[in-house]
Amino acid sequence: MTVHLLGIDGMDRARIEELLELTDTFDEIGRRPIPRVPALRGKTVATLFFEDSTRTRLSFDAAAKRLSADTLNFAAGASSLSKGESLRDTVDVIASYGVDALVVRHPMAGTPHRIADWTDAAVVNAGDGRHEHPTQALLDAYTLRQHRGALDGMQVAIVGDIRHSRVARSNVLAFSMLGADVTLVAPATLLPDSVAGWPVRVVHDLDAVLPGLDACYLLRMQRERITEGLIPSIREYVAGYGLDAGRAARLPKDALILHPGPTNRGVEISAEVAADPRSVILDQVVNGVSVRMAVLFLLLGSGLDHEPAADGEVAE
Amino acid sequence: MAERERRQTPPYGGVFVAHARIMDADDMARALRRMAHEVIERNHGLDQVVVVGLQTGGVPLAGRLADALEEIDGIRPPVGSLDVALHRDDIGLRPVVPEAATEIPVDLDNRIVVLVDDVLFTGRTIRAALDAACDFGRPRSIQLAVMVDRGHRELPIRPDYVGKNLPTRRDEVVDVHLEGVDLGVMQK
Repeated sequence: MTVHLLGIDGMDRARIEELLELTDTFDEIGRRPIPRVPALRGKTVATLFFEDSTRTRLSFDAAAKRLSADTLNFAAGASSLSKGESLRDTVDVIASYGVDALVVRHPMAGTPHRIADWTDAAVVNAGDGRHEHPTQALLDAYTLRQHRGALDGMQVAIVGDIRHSRVARSNVLAFSMLGADVTLVAPATLLPDSVAGWPVRVVHDLDAVLPGLDACYLLRMQRERITEGLIPSIREYVAGYGLDAGRAARLPKDALILHPGPTNRGVEISAEVAADPRSVILDQVVNGVSVRMAVLFLLLGSGLDHEPAADGEVAE
Repeated sequence: MAERERRQTPPYGGVFVAHARIMDADDMARALRRMAHEVIERNHGLDQVVVVGLQTGGVPLAGRLADALEEIDGIRPPVGSLDVALHRDDIGLRPVVPEAATEIPVDLDNRIVVLVDDVLFTGRTIRAALDAACDFGRPRSIQLAVMVDRGHRELPIRPDYVGKNLPTRRDEVVDVHLEGVDLGVMQK
């Protein structure tokens, strides 16, 4: 049976915690003089990105290489897609190179799930439309856990363009599964049509919640939202929701500041705050590789997908 | 690594049923003291010596070997631990999940590394450990200390310091713990 990672939805607390514990091992490997183990020797990991990405793609590539897997990289812009090849054909071609895992990013929600039906390879969702971005949520949860030991009872605000954010969706699920209290902070136009069933509190006033936060998670603000009429101007958005030095001063002294990147300095976060000692944005980047190593190892190397050996011999 | 296997899910795990006590706590303490003397004799002291226990069974023994070395020579060598799960050659063939800490306290360049494990069996764990240790530098030499050598080697690997040579059947299990060494079988 092939195991996939398609979303935080479908995972439970025990599974997430198992993954975060496993990440500790890979974090230690990352700090070795030679940060490489032969765990996935002979396996091939392909990244299929139908959308631009820097850190997600690079960190999956680095994670696979640190596990000694071979990597294949597919980018939509430089491919036969521009010659009219269908998604199905593209996937079949890549799978025929003997790929053990496919890391997929696509602008349409549900694409990784479709691909999982078509192939024997393990599929990892690296972002599908506005739906989910599970490895981002896992690395964010790992970063919080690294600084606080556990997420239980933590007050976490997710601030910004919730409506268009797959990061918000996955993070709400992961953080609340791990016991954190999540508050969404955004103007009404940047919230989903309904948050019914989401385990969250919704507020529109960032200043009101700042003093009670353990962590403030800022989402990337895109300029297209102005032309879509969702915000009047960037300046107005910054005035209400940008984390600048003044607002950061009202956060508790030990609060954590997170951002999935890439940051718009001066919009959702000021340059000064990004460099604040409470900012763990660079930790998130480093942890991204460790978490993705844990995910790839769990899917391809841990033997989870194998029947136990028939002779049942105890290996020494 | 009997301790690790016991916690694996069936059929790797099961309940360990002892047939015979091979060594008691005093026997183990005497063996460790003798092995410590041999380490010092072989290396003309403890200069550059690092003791590294293999997770999980070798780690407490590494600490006790270092205690014995300190008692004899007055110097406690650096002690580390190594989890070789990700260097094993049977990854993907059976569940292998790293679960214990690797901590190498010093750069291993030019050091004399004494690997410590509880039981030497097929030699595959040691092969993985040799690989893993070399990711932390280029040791001058690597030596192997085990409490029990039970035979059945599948690779050209031999120990330098042995607590006890114990002929066994392949299907038997050797369990090394604080109070001694037992020989038995796993029952499902």
